Amino acid sequence: MNTTISAADRKGWMSLLATADEARLTKLWQGCGIDPVYEWLRPPEAGSVMVRGRMGGTGAPFNLGEMTVTRCAVSLEDGTVGQGYVQGRSKAKAAMAAKIDALMQTDAAAGVRKAVLEPLAVERQTKKNARAAKAAATKVEFFTMVRGED
Amino acid sequence: MYVAVKGGERAIENAHAWLAEERRGDTSVAELSLSQIREQLSLAVNRVMAEGSLYDPDLAALAIKQARGDLIEAIFLIRAYRTTLPRFGYSQPVETGEMACDRRISATFKDAPGGQVLGPTFDYTHRLLDFKLAADGEVPEAPVSEPRQEATPHITEFLQGEDIIEREPASDAVPGDLTREPMSFPAGRAVRLQSLTRGDEGFILGMAYSTQRGYARNHAFVGELRIGSVPVEMEIPELGFSIEIGEVELTECETVNQFKGSKTVPPQFTRGYGLVFGQSERKSIAMALVDRALRWEELGEDNLGAPAQDEEFVLSHADNIQATGFLEHIKLPHYVDFQSELELVRKLRREAAELAETLAAKEAAE
Repeated sequence: MNTTISAADRKGWMSLLATADEARLTKLWQGCGIDPVYEWLRPPEAGSVMVRGRMGGTGAPFNLGEMTVTRCAVSLEDGTVGQGYVQGRSKAKAAMAAKIDALMQTDAAAGVRKAVLEPLAVERQTKKNARAAKAAATKVEFFTMVRGED
Repeated sequence: MYVAVKGGERAIENAHAWLAEERRGDTSVAELSLSQIREQLSLAVNRVMAEGSLYDPDLAALAIKQARGDLIEAIFLIRAYRTTLPRFGYSQPVETGEMACDRRISATFKDAPGGQVLGPTFDYTHRLLDFKLAADGEVPEAPVSEPRQEATPHITEFLQGEDIIEREPASDAVPGDLTREPMSFPAGRAVRLQSLTRGDEGFILGMAYSTQRGYARNHAFVGELRIGSVPVEMEIPELGFSIEIGEVELTECETVNQFKGSKTVPPQFTRGYGLVFGQSERKSIAMALVDRALRWEELGEDNLGAPAQDEEFVLSHADNIQATGFLEHIKLPHYVDFQSELELVRKLRREAAELAETLAAKEAAE
């Protein structure tokens, strides 16, 4: 088990997995060709998280509404624990996320990163950029018309 | 006398079978898929998520299909489903200042840094029916431009530089949760905002409109309206740190309102706030107007007796599921209730007739 993993690193891949498109994640995961032996520490369970906002965007918190989240936890043969917390109600997606989280703490990390996480990260950025590019095209360019006497 | 009856099981079964058939409609027409509803009726999906108070576009699409497009019925289905989910916890407050904005406009500051971004808006369309849509036309791709990389600041921040608008004091106070404790009054702003964001769009719109028409008027400018997505983070107990557990699309509206100041506060602008799941522009503006109207007391304004100033009135009637439940229950059998009323009316009439008879007899005798 690799013990040099930083919380920031782990947060990075867990966040990426939480919002990944399930069909795409499944394809990349299957393509990765790793099928670890594992036990459920917590089988996948769908639930909700209450999302909070802030008054005026910056003030005191208030409860905005819930979102669906599915979570689970696995333990690999060597005892490495993986957590899956994903948006939506897919148990299969949560399971993949937990297994990947576990593997990312083992010697298989480099392979999984290359086969699954890197493509996901690139595609996520591409998608975000495409949307931002469309928004940018709708930015208003004002021009001033001189009116009245000079 | 009333004898209890039972029955109607077969009628109910058959009614539901017919409902299923009617829901499907003409089978020679292709069936709607959930992804079609989710992608092409996205504003209906957004409304169901906002008022169902559960962010899940797939579930909202299913609810719309099952409810035959009746959005309040769909919201009802979502609310019912919501209660079956275990609650894993509360997210950290979303940082709307870090929103990836699809749209961001201000009616007060033309040259705000970050600019006016129209996004996919109905504004400036001519509201003429587009018959090309009936012909299943292809859509050209939207033009693109150099994407903005840096965060888009809130416009009220610029006003705060001059201290000309009230500040929203940052706090980590735990807000009340109306899904956990029954509402009591005064509810406080946190619970008011929770109630307004899940409240019926039509009702909130009507209340907001009443303030514009003069009931508790507090002239509002849209300081900023933004639509986009923000990450949702939650602390995971097993990890001891927070991760992003998802992303939600939000519409946020900040209004800038008149305020004349008081003995202790110099004249400055005040704020109303709206934040709603999904793209829901009308709702978020309406929410901000009603939020501001309900703040009359803390801002030292007069209570003019306007409906939009009455917290208890607004919050008690904003929820369309509660309203629907109570309203629609009156169509269900009330045979016993009505029987007792009927008895009462008959008795009153009998008494009145007897009295009239006695009086008439008395008069005749005289």
